[in-house]
Amino acid sequence: MPPAKRQQTYLDWAATAPIVPAALAAMQDAGATWANPSSIHAAGRAARARLEDAREALARQLAVQPDALVFTSGGTEALGLALGGLPATTRLVSAIEHDAVRAQAPDATVIPVTADGVVDLVALERLLAAAPGPALVAVMQANNETGVIQPLGDVAALVHAADGWLLVDAVQGAGKLPLPPGDFVALSAHKLGGPPGVGALVVRCADGLQAVQRGGGQERGLRAGTENLPGIAGFAAAMAERADRDWLARAGALRDGLEARLIAAGGVVFGAGATRLPTISCIALPGVAAATQVMRLDMAGFAVSAGAACSSGKVRTSPVLTAMGVDPVLAGQAIRISLGWDTTADDIARFGDAWVAMAQSRAGLAA
Amino acid sequence: MTARPIYLDYGATTPLDPAVLAAMLPFGVEKFGNPHSAHAWGYEAAAGVALARDQVAALLDAPAETVQFTSGATESVNWALKGVLTAPGQVRRGIVTLATEHSCVLETARYLESIGAVLTVLPVGTDGLVDLAAAAAAITPDTAIVSAMLVNNEIGVIQPVAAIAALAHAAGALMHCDAAQGFGKLDCRVDALGVDLLSLTAHKIYGPKGIGALYRRPGVTLTPLLHGGGQEDGRSGTLAPMLCAGLGAAAALAGERLEPDSAHAAALWTRLRDRLDFDYRINGSTSARWHGNLNLTVTGVEGARLLPALRGLALSSGSACAQGRPSHVLAALGLDTAQARASLRLGWGRFTTVDEIDRAAMLLNAAVSALKSGRHAA
Repeated sequence: MPPAKRQQTYLDWAATAPIVPAALAAMQDAGATWANPSSIHAAGRAARARLEDAREALARQLAVQPDALVFTSGGTEALGLALGGLPATTRLVSAIEHDAVRAQAPDATVIPVTADGVVDLVALERLLAAAPGPALVAVMQANNETGVIQPLGDVAALVHAADGWLLVDAVQGAGKLPLPPGDFVALSAHKLGGPPGVGALVVRCADGLQAVQRGGGQERGLRAGTENLPGIAGFAAAMAERADRDWLARAGALRDGLEARLIAAGGVVFGAGATRLPTISCIALPGVAAATQVMRLDMAGFAVSAGAACSSGKVRTSPVLTAMGVDPVLAGQAIRISLGWDTTADDIARFGDAWVAMAQSRAGLAA
Repeated sequence: MTARPIYLDYGATTPLDPAVLAAMLPFGVEKFGNPHSAHAWGYEAAAGVALARDQVAALLDAPAETVQFTSGATESVNWALKGVLTAPGQVRRGIVTLATEHSCVLETARYLESIGAVLTVLPVGTDGLVDLAAAAAAITPDTAIVSAMLVNNEIGVIQPVAAIAALAHAAGALMHCDAAQGFGKLDCRVDALGVDLLSLTAHKIYGPKGIGALYRRPGVTLTPLLHGGGQEDGRSGTLAPMLCAGLGAAAALAGERLEPDSAHAAALWTRLRDRLDFDYRINGSTSARWHGNLNLTVTGVEGARLLPALRGLALSSGSACAQGRPSHVLAALGLDTAQARASLRLGWGRFTTVDEIDRAAMLLNAAVSALKSGRHAA
């Protein structure tokens, strides 16, 4: 039996976040307008108006045109629309991309990253020069395991100089960083306080893009299926909440203090030399398997993860850390701690205590 | 100020049942975890997803692991058809489907045709039902998949899915059923239907939008549609426990209410028909049908003036996704464009009252009468 959640402290915000009250309220409000937005009767038109209001509100937050937003069932589908819907002859994806990119572009050429987890711009330039035709390049905004922020201005300049398309997975960065450059930007609501089951692809130029999910022609023919209006309204409301980013500096200070304490107790932090999201720490405890740490910390009342949530349960070495050249044994001893807007100094102090206690008893754990 | 229109468009979507909403809400704030996380929040969310899967599977009378959650019927259908035709080792190229299928089936099938599949679209009779002899002739040893919907979204007719499945299986093909309009209304036990794949959605059965499922019989190989974290078997993307719980609760409720909901729909069908006093023809079989749908062509009126004269009713002239285009379903039944334009799709369900049906009949009678006499409808 898992321990009761009440005594637990949630430090897995990169996996998902609770729905913020404003988003829940927007969902309930939009839920009252429950007709099909494609119906032409008054109730359907009301639903359509509500949908377009949400689209405009979200577009304003992102500073894009409303018709640049194609709503999907989440980040994975948004990425799949760009990866599957473009006539690219070459696909280049960074070595640290989420599985949602890597698995949907299995034939792609991998762009290496530096030891700090930053995409190698020299290698990208070389790969672009070698591409026989228009290339689709996928580089994420901020990595989900290390938090390392990618130099997308430089990446975009290289890609566009080569007449390629840039796809940016902004699932972790959205709501924390400005919308990145890129012809296509994938977003997910549930990482920023909106509901799971809804995301969007920002399409800055639709030329050449075709639907992957076919049917009734919704979303300007780019994504069929009855629109999830409450989810979309919740997404827009959550993004509005994220306009206030003051909490990020607080989270960053807590994260940095925690890392200093954990390093002193034997921890090894990855990506620390690069610019990172202030909310993520990827840290190894040499000698103790990540799965053991996660279980031990769960029992102590802390929810963290060993790498991405989606691969939990499937024990494997993190491809992100491997790409950074981390020794596979050490990579298997890394966990991800991620903070959110509700994380308190007390949460982090108690977590630090538990982690240090675990480090001090590691001889017993490793046995 | 006019009264709120009467909602008679249950074929487009349905309101959320309060009991479904109650089942969803705990997963909004309190149990918000990622169901794929290995900690207490994750386990709690995963338990909610597991219950929902069991609830959907129960209605299909199938093992839980055969149910994969998707974002809705459109995604399920895309996955089923593309997944079969592009499966590793697939040597068959044929897709056989019906002219009256939903656009998500037809558009996906046409896309597959554009990349090398061989598409056969079977006609239907004037009653909207497939001709089984024609189906038998069209299904060949090259047919990979046959796709037929259970209940038609525009005219409500029930296709003989089990009989079509038998023909598919006799030729070694797989059978897919788009049950978006039938799941939760009719018996959807997959063994009785004989289907290998079945697409369903929540928002047609008083559940939330943005969630559906694909049933896949064990042993059926599909190419994954959404690749990524590998959360569902062949369908990646973080599952939404709140939406899963909504689909599960809607399915469980529909299962409990299969008979009363069906009887209520049939009673309203009879009541409405008893009260309509103008000439009309019913599109689609009157017996092999879901009686929560009535698609009728009003004779002797100009179609373009019909819907505007019915502002007190929320109804449609066809599929919600195809507004503005003539119905391909009515065309398949042999209606010409003028007849199709003079057609209405009425749909009712669990929350439609006898009083609403009576008022709707009065509004319809008055509007048709006014149009016929050349007066402007009130």
